[in-house]
Amino acid sequence: MEGALLDVRDLRVSFRTERGLLRAVDTISFRVDTHEIVGVVGESGSGKTVSLMSVMGLITDPNAVIEGSILYKGRELVGLSQRQLRSVRGSEIAMIFQDPMTALTPVYTIGWQIEEQIRAHLDLSRTQARRRAIELLGEVGIADPASAVDRFPHELSGGMRQRAFIAMALSCKPSLLIADEPTTALDVTVQAQILELLGKLRRDFGSSIIIVTHDLGVVAEIADRVMVMYAGRIVERVSKRDIFTRPWHPYTWGLHDSIPPLQGKKPHRLPSIPGSPPSLTSLPPGCAFSPRCRYRFDRCAERPALEGEEGHAAACHLSLEERARLYASRRREAP
Amino acid sequence: MLSLLVRRTAQMLFVMAGISILVFLIFFATPGSDPASRIAGRNASPEVLAAVRHDFGLDRPLPVQYALMMQHLFITHDLTSFVNRGQRVIPEVIEAAPVTLSLVLGAAVFWVIGSIGIGVLAAATRDSVVDRLLMAAGLIGISMPVYWLGEIVNLVTQSRFHDTWLFSWVPPLGYTAFTEDPWLWFKTLLLPWMTLAILYIGLYGRVLRANLVEAMQEDYIRTARAKGLSESRILLHHALRTSLIAFVTLFGLDFGALVGGGALLTEVVFGLQGVGKLTYDALRNLDLPVIMATVMYASFFVVFANALVDITYATLDPRVRLA
Amino acid sequence: MTESPPAPSEPGQAYSGRVEPPAMGPWARALRLLAADRAAMLSLALLAMITALCLAAPLYATYVAHTDPFVSNVDGEITLRGKRVPVVQPSTEGLGLGSAPLGPTWEIGNFLLGADEQGRDIAARLLYGGRNSLLIAGASTVLCLVLAALTGLVAGFFGGFVDTVISRVLDVLWAFPIYLLAISLSIVLITKGFDIGPISISAGSLALPILIIGIVYVPYVARPIRGQVLSLKESEFVLAATALGVPAQRILLRDILPHVMTTLIVFVPLLMAINMLTESALSFLSIGVQPPDASWGTIIQDGTNLIYTRPMVAIAPGIAIVLTVLSLNLLGDGVRDALDPRSKLRLR
Repeated sequence: MEGALLDVRDLRVSFRTERGLLRAVDTISFRVDTHEIVGVVGESGSGKTVSLMSVMGLITDPNAVIEGSILYKGRELVGLSQRQLRSVRGSEIAMIFQDPMTALTPVYTIGWQIEEQIRAHLDLSRTQARRRAIELLGEVGIADPASAVDRFPHELSGGMRQRAFIAMALSCKPSLLIADEPTTALDVTVQAQILELLGKLRRDFGSSIIIVTHDLGVVAEIADRVMVMYAGRIVERVSKRDIFTRPWHPYTWGLHDSIPPLQGKKPHRLPSIPGSPPSLTSLPPGCAFSPRCRYRFDRCAERPALEGEEGHAAACHLSLEERARLYASRRREAP
Repeated sequence: MLSLLVRRTAQMLFVMAGISILVFLIFFATPGSDPASRIAGRNASPEVLAAVRHDFGLDRPLPVQYALMMQHLFITHDLTSFVNRGQRVIPEVIEAAPVTLSLVLGAAVFWVIGSIGIGVLAAATRDSVVDRLLMAAGLIGISMPVYWLGEIVNLVTQSRFHDTWLFSWVPPLGYTAFTEDPWLWFKTLLLPWMTLAILYIGLYGRVLRANLVEAMQEDYIRTARAKGLSESRILLHHALRTSLIAFVTLFGLDFGALVGGGALLTEVVFGLQGVGKLTYDALRNLDLPVIMATVMYASFFVVFANALVDITYATLDPRVRLA
Repeated sequence: MTESPPAPSEPGQAYSGRVEPPAMGPWARALRLLAADRAAMLSLALLAMITALCLAAPLYATYVAHTDPFVSNVDGEITLRGKRVPVVQPSTEGLGLGSAPLGPTWEIGNFLLGADEQGRDIAARLLYGGRNSLLIAGASTVLCLVLAALTGLVAGFFGGFVDTVISRVLDVLWAFPIYLLAISLSIVLITKGFDIGPISISAGSLALPILIIGIVYVPYVARPIRGQVLSLKESEFVLAATALGVPAQRILLRDILPHVMTTLIVFVPLLMAINMLTESALSFLSIGVQPPDASWGTIIQDGTNLIYTRPMVAIAPGIAIVLTVLSLNLLGDGVRDALDPRSKLRLR
């Protein structure tokens, strides 16, 4: 297998707190190849944001402990100095965040901020950088980029802000774009436009994208593959189609069921997963999901490994046949 | 932007009018004693008292008295001191103004530069020994009476260590105009500037540090880091720029205290013949016309300076311009 | 064939075996946090000590120093290391005019810090002066907070015309440079006192500085309180209470006042520090505390002429002020951190 763009192995991110060691990310491994869009799905507290922030070394908490290996184009990123990481950030790997209103500096125009990014990595003059900024704003679909470039973030609509943010992130042609819930703060119609834009970027720029979301709908829209995370662990790794046709983990089933169905009988009540996400300082010793799992049994006191076939794996002790049977019976059950 | 200017100017005029009415009420309408005897000073003869009553219209209704007072103060400039036998007050005030302006503006420069330096350094070395020392020094600076600090400065530089190379350059107390001898002007004012500024450097250094530390937790700082910018650029261009806004707002408020109180006390202690010293002498002599004049002129100056600061604030923070 | 899975436990029951401690009330928690703040506790101890010393002023003067620090003692003599020494000597410096009072003897009870031009014991005066300075700082703080709370609550809660009028007045008062306002009021009242109807305050009374300093800082406190009340009015629990038909006074008392109390409590030490500095400045300018009373500010004024010859007269009260104000500031920081570590309120 040739080298992946991003190869994460046994990543562990813990935080020292007064209440003990908090395992935000507990030994996860995944890879992202070129021209791929990978979705990361999970609730808040599942470790999805923390794991991706640690890819770029953006975790500044002095109580954080990062172990494991993150290989980007074959280069180890864990343990790099801040100065070394700075050459990667923005130019090789770029990140866009959830709320563009708070994520852009309010006192500078978006043009200024894009130019700043460009001139931090590329050797361009002010005028050249400005021209490039206007170009980029046009490419992300902003009307009249020449005047938009002099606007302040609060002068733009939410959708335009996020587009501008994406333009800024792409300004140095990164090979990997990490999008942390890029559409959560936006209206549904604008969401669709942004997702379309991200898909277009994969085509036109050739970047790979990791898109973090709690919304399966977003995944359905643009991801090729999906990683489902729970309590800092990966519980299922699956292709986009399989996650909807044959998911292999009870948590994924729960996520599914909470999407209102488009066809069929209207549910009496939208099912939800009982219980609440666990406190990361007091996780159960075995499978993290077992306290909320309908199908748990005694073997669940032991942590399950991520097993399966090529392109589809899940962390569950129930056998594949059993899971298929249980899933089928769930589908037949009236909600 | 233009509408902001108009609105702010209107507000400024409203406040000035309010202050003039308040000053008038305090000096002319406070119950307890006859305003004429207050204004005329101690041991005023009956003729002087009668003249005062006539000049200020004390036997006429209050609004007329107000109008007369304003006229004396601003239009005809013929307010006279009764303690100093007919000395024209307004020209005295105007003559003393450059001294106070030199003191106040120079101190403001030290204040701004000093506090930005301390705030940035403390935030950059957050929780280190440097940070703690700076904050402790700032805290002590806030806790000292400025006139007391001035006296100690004098004690050290004029008396105890005057003959050492450290302080032999310190000129004797008193003021020299810039036009007369710029270098002497500077040497005379250097210590008063620093003394006056210490209080505010301490205060603003702490506030700026707190603002910077808070700003560094914001989302846009995370973005700046993700862009691959250096920490110093992030601190100075992103965090500082946004924090300066709050800084500027507070600056306006304290500038008033600086002019009204700090400058006055500093002039007294360092023997500078400014508006503050004028007020001080008038206080000791209970020379009310002088006090009325200096209070009015100083207050107007402060209100004007505040309005200027507010407009600067609007230039710094683009979000305000549309408001 | 695997075992059939056990029946699921209660929904929502987390697996945790840990028991969370019962939540503490907010005041108890704040006290806990404050007690853990070493700087604040040290400051509190220092303040207590200073207050105790100053309250003991008459004891010191009578039993330890055997002097009356308010009576001129120009011809007095003391015993210093066995020899009789005059308290005030004619000065040998300069033209031979003026007097040189005794410098610090560093003997407790025996003109510890020296004498001033009138031959009075500085150490004893310092303690008496401290009583006045502390009293004025404390009383003016209370007055200011009460007035500001009333003003801010009324303006914020009732809104409309009342709010507009009050806000305009506060704006004008606020724009008036504080020291100039205090000076204006002082100069007018100090000479003849204050006489409206039933209220009559004599010219030399301490009530005048208390009144003036208390009033002058009202806008400083009233504006944040008004702002807080305004935002609390929009908060959901107040809207809910109104929707339930709770009368306005009860909402004010039960829902809004506790939050305002927090702000006021944070203001106490900080305002005391500010007021003490203001009082000392006014007294230094001779328009604060009037003779025969003394305060730390007046003693510094007494020491101004002696600054080059007998600096201790001016230095000692200044140190007292610095220590007290510093402790108040540290305590104030501690109180603010204890009551709301995430405070957005810009207090200085």
